[in-house]
Amino acid sequence: MSTVTLSAGYIPLVDAAPLLVARDLGFAEEEGLALKLTAAPSWSTLRDHVALGRIEAAHMLSPVPVAAALGLGGLGVRLDALSVLSLNGNVIGVSNALAQDLRAAGYGFDFEDAHAAGRALVGLGRRLRLGVPFPFSMHAELTYFWLAALGMQVPQDLDIRSVPPSLMAQAIADDEIDAFCVGEPWGSHAVETGLGELLLPGSAIWSAAPEKILAVRHDWAEREPQLTDRLVRALWRAGRWLSRPENLPTASDLLARSDALGISAEIIDRALTGHLSTSPMGAPSRVPGFVEFHAGAAGFPWRSKAAWIGERLAARTGLDRTAAMEAARQTFRTDIYRRALAPLGVDLPGANEKVEGAILTPTPVASARGTLTLTRDAFFDGSIFDPQPGK
Amino acid sequence: MKDRLTIVVVEKDRERALLIMESLRAAGDHDIQVIGSESGLSRAISARNPDIVLVDMSSPSRDMLEELTLASAPMDRPVAIFVDKDDEGLAGAAIEAGVSAYVVDGLRPARLRPIMEAAIARFHMFTQMRKELAATKQALEERKIIDRAKGLLMKARGLDEEKAYALLRRTAMDQGKRVAEVAEALVTAAGLLG
Repeated sequence: MSTVTLSAGYIPLVDAAPLLVARDLGFAEEEGLALKLTAAPSWSTLRDHVALGRIEAAHMLSPVPVAAALGLGGLGVRLDALSVLSLNGNVIGVSNALAQDLRAAGYGFDFEDAHAAGRALVGLGRRLRLGVPFPFSMHAELTYFWLAALGMQVPQDLDIRSVPPSLMAQAIADDEIDAFCVGEPWGSHAVETGLGELLLPGSAIWSAAPEKILAVRHDWAEREPQLTDRLVRALWRAGRWLSRPENLPTASDLLARSDALGISAEIIDRALTGHLSTSPMGAPSRVPGFVEFHAGAAGFPWRSKAAWIGERLAARTGLDRTAAMEAARQTFRTDIYRRALAPLGVDLPGANEKVEGAILTPTPVASARGTLTLTRDAFFDGSIFDPQPGK
Repeated sequence: MKDRLTIVVVEKDRERALLIMESLRAAGDHDIQVIGSESGLSRAISARNPDIVLVDMSSPSRDMLEELTLASAPMDRPVAIFVDKDDEGLAGAAIEAGVSAYVVDGLRPARLRPIMEAAIARFHMFTQMRKELAATKQALEERKIIDRAKGLLMKARGLDEEKAYALLRRTAMDQGKRVAEVAEALVTAAGLLG
């Protein structure tokens, strides 16, 4: 197998780990790939670089290929999600002023209970300005879903604004926003700089939210099936490596390097191990599954998760929901994922879709070899999402 | 459609903004406005109701503009990211130069083209300059570290400057590294050993 160079882009975040690990620890090389990684300045630029073929692959927000398929933002180029690079990994935080008001109203900051946190916010009875990194992001979808379910009037009482992660702390300091939902390490960064406190991990709202996906151009995936498969396998191996606790100190060091994230390994370690400090003085809170790269078929691009994103985006932008769900599912390529991992004998789910939000405890599921257990996949309010209503 | 277009340039650097404005003026009689602050960017843009927004692709604040493409409020006009499928050359040149444009839906390509060409030429120049500046800066940094490493070797081994540099270069060659990398390792090690 001759070595082929692939260019891929990422945004410097903890969940860019699979790409960096695949490049630095030989998983790409094992598949005959030389990964040339470049950090992108923004999600929109990263998306456009994939769309215009300047790079082959990208670490991408899971709603971006869905939004592109619905004609929302971007260059009208179809993007495919080949695999899910990570589940969860975001935090919701509030400014010090808002934290103070929530405390005064009797809220206890347990960093766990999305009901209690949401009710405390809604209970203040004021308009909330909340920063998310991008309009098409799990950050935006989770926040809308969570607060609307608890009775906040959307959009009248909830003003969601796009603020790049690196400018989030500044936006709080400038009183542009009262709260934020952002990927690590930026939440911990806000805590460390004394600008805010953490309220919830994203996983408290949906315990198995597809956060980042491996994005390529649809026509590239069709034209280069072999390279596509090799890339999926390299990242699957990187995810498996990241799922072993003994590897996490190495992963933190690798991500901390100046050519990767360039922030201290100690901060990165918080997200990777799920021990987050929610305030400068507080003891770390333990969050199991804070960010998940592998366990419970985390990488499997469930079409039902794409449909959930499609339905939410359609509802928000006034598009036809059924058509949007169908367009969304086409972007999550379970077919490619299965084909790519077949030579490795990985046990995968038998189905391509499932009812989302219905797995409350780790559950064995139908799979090719009968050895697969799915981890918890539940919404905070116990709701379920049926991707094929009426069927 | 009105004759004069409203063009908003998002640029923090005042001098650069002035130069971009100047080249855009040469492309026609348009109303050109500059926004220099990232704070509340998408609202500041909506308030100006522009036909075209130009922004540096390397700026993280570009993501704030994506909101404009959603155009949910009744007063908003839908804004499409600049892409002319019949004109891949222009889109490619824009990306190459590092400029991205958000354009109000329905703006005729013939009207957009001279503006984009002017913007591309100007942004291209800046991208070049920025690259050169980064390269110069790195060379300077490396020079400094090599000088410190030389100083350490001169002191520790009683070498003159030329011999100290020769030793660094030979070590770099033996290890298949760059002189600057060896120098950096030496400076770090010396720092650790006090």
